[in-house]
Amino acid sequence: MRIHPRYTQRGAIAVLGGATLLTLLILAFIIFFILEKGLPGISLSFLTTNPTDMGRAGGIFPTLIGTIILPLLAIIIATPLGIFTSVYLSEYTKENKATRIIRFGTDCLAGIPSIIFGLFGYIFFVVTLGFGWSILSGGLTLAVMILPTIIRTSEEAIRAVPKSYREVSFSLGATSWQTVKKVILPNALPGIVTGIMLSIGRAIGETAAVIFTAGSSLRIPSSVFDSTRTMAVHFYILAREGISAENAYATAATLIIAVLIVNLSAYWLMHRFIAKRS
Amino acid sequence: MTEINKVIQNKIAIDKLNLFYGKFQALISVSMPVQEKMITALIGPSGCGKSTLLRSLNRMNDLIHGVKITGSVLLDEIDIYNSSLEVAELRKRVGMVFQRPNPFPLSIYENVVYGLRVAGIRNKKESDEIAEKSLRGAWLWDQVKDKLDHPALELPLDQQQRLVIARLLAVQPEVILMDEPCSALDPIATMKIEELMIELKKDYTIVIVTHNMQQASRVSDFTGYMLMGEMIEFNQTKNIFTNPSKKLTEDYISGKYG
Repeated sequence: MRIHPRYTQRGAIAVLGGATLLTLLILAFIIFFILEKGLPGISLSFLTTNPTDMGRAGGIFPTLIGTIILPLLAIIIATPLGIFTSVYLSEYTKENKATRIIRFGTDCLAGIPSIIFGLFGYIFFVVTLGFGWSILSGGLTLAVMILPTIIRTSEEAIRAVPKSYREVSFSLGATSWQTVKKVILPNALPGIVTGIMLSIGRAIGETAAVIFTAGSSLRIPSSVFDSTRTMAVHFYILAREGISAENAYATAATLIIAVLIVNLSAYWLMHRFIAKRS
Repeated sequence: MTEINKVIQNKIAIDKLNLFYGKFQALISVSMPVQEKMITALIGPSGCGKSTLLRSLNRMNDLIHGVKITGSVLLDEIDIYNSSLEVAELRKRVGMVFQRPNPFPLSIYENVVYGLRVAGIRNKKESDEIAEKSLRGAWLWDQVKDKLDHPALELPLDQQQRLVIARLLAVQPEVILMDEPCSALDPIATMKIEELMIELKKDYTIVIVTHNMQQASRVSDFTGYMLMGEMIEFNQTKNIFTNPSKKLTEDYISGKYG
């Protein structure tokens, strides 16, 4: 029996809308749950004082620093590398076996569990290069971890720039590099920024790769060769060792708010850039 | 000819040009002159190779993977495929107007000066002067002079097409290639572009690919009729349209196919 298209249409709307609603509900529930448990513990002194008694009391100030510095270092290293690679792959190479292998490789890298990156970082940066448990080792490991994501998202964004822009630019006598600088990157920017945002989110929330490479020192670091502890690691240790559920939730809530702030300001910056340009 | 006192001179000479996309041969031994400060039209059914021929005049085909070219294209006696002439330099001399108006998503002003920026000209006064001159040359100055900082994509289609012509004039090309420049425009806008082409002919050599035979007969001085990658007939436009020498041309002109 054939169901009338009017009903299948209604069914489709119900299923698609329901899926969207469910996704939003799950997100809202997680945020609500964490904030409800964590917000009461957040205060100015919680953010600005050092922890005492392994985090059972006191604040999270050192982990705030760790959470800013590690992802920042990773982004500073991975962003230019990733964007340059994606530009090279999409604009300077012809589609062939080599580029397909590179693309397949980056896809595989993007799918590797972060603890493997942690292990790699430990063996390579911490031990072999002798950086020890440090901000440098952690930042480099996170950079390696997010690099494939940045490459792939940037490449998608660059490919989405209309071919006609390239043609026009070349037809006006521009070189490939001028075309990349003046036409392709500005137009691919929203997509590239999205990829970077996703990567920052991943880097901020990362625990496994960080514990292995940056350690979990609660002291305020004085150089990139010092160990540090991020909020995510702090939360993990507080919860795992049963030190303080209250402070663990407060840390988690701070983490969520921090990610929100980073995302919102990046989107705000991007829209300002787009508005200014056109 | 409409302008007998013009000294007729070859700006471009195409000689036995073959072009392959992989194994497919898109141009078969095409020879044709393009005369200076004249309008040369290329007509023929879809897929006949006229756009490919046009794009081989400023090496836009280089952007496509797997293209192989033999034969020669001389620009002012210099072979554009086998000489030290840089591609970017060639494209500044032989500019292109595309089928769809394609301004960048930038302001009107930034669109016009794009070629200058690429050429390293940043001087504000010089840029302003060239921008005004180019916009006047494309008959767009009066419409846009008070809103140069507005987004180019807000302009109506026909003004966008004249904007991209202005953007091209700003780099002071010698030859302008037009790839069906009116196919996205309505008849009135088309007429305006055709009038503009005749005006531009005073200073520029123009090659136009068109699907519209009336357009070819209205604007061009010379016409080449192409079919399946071959140049079937090349002659003065009035001869092609009133007295074609080949049966194939006559059939196409009279609308038997195409």
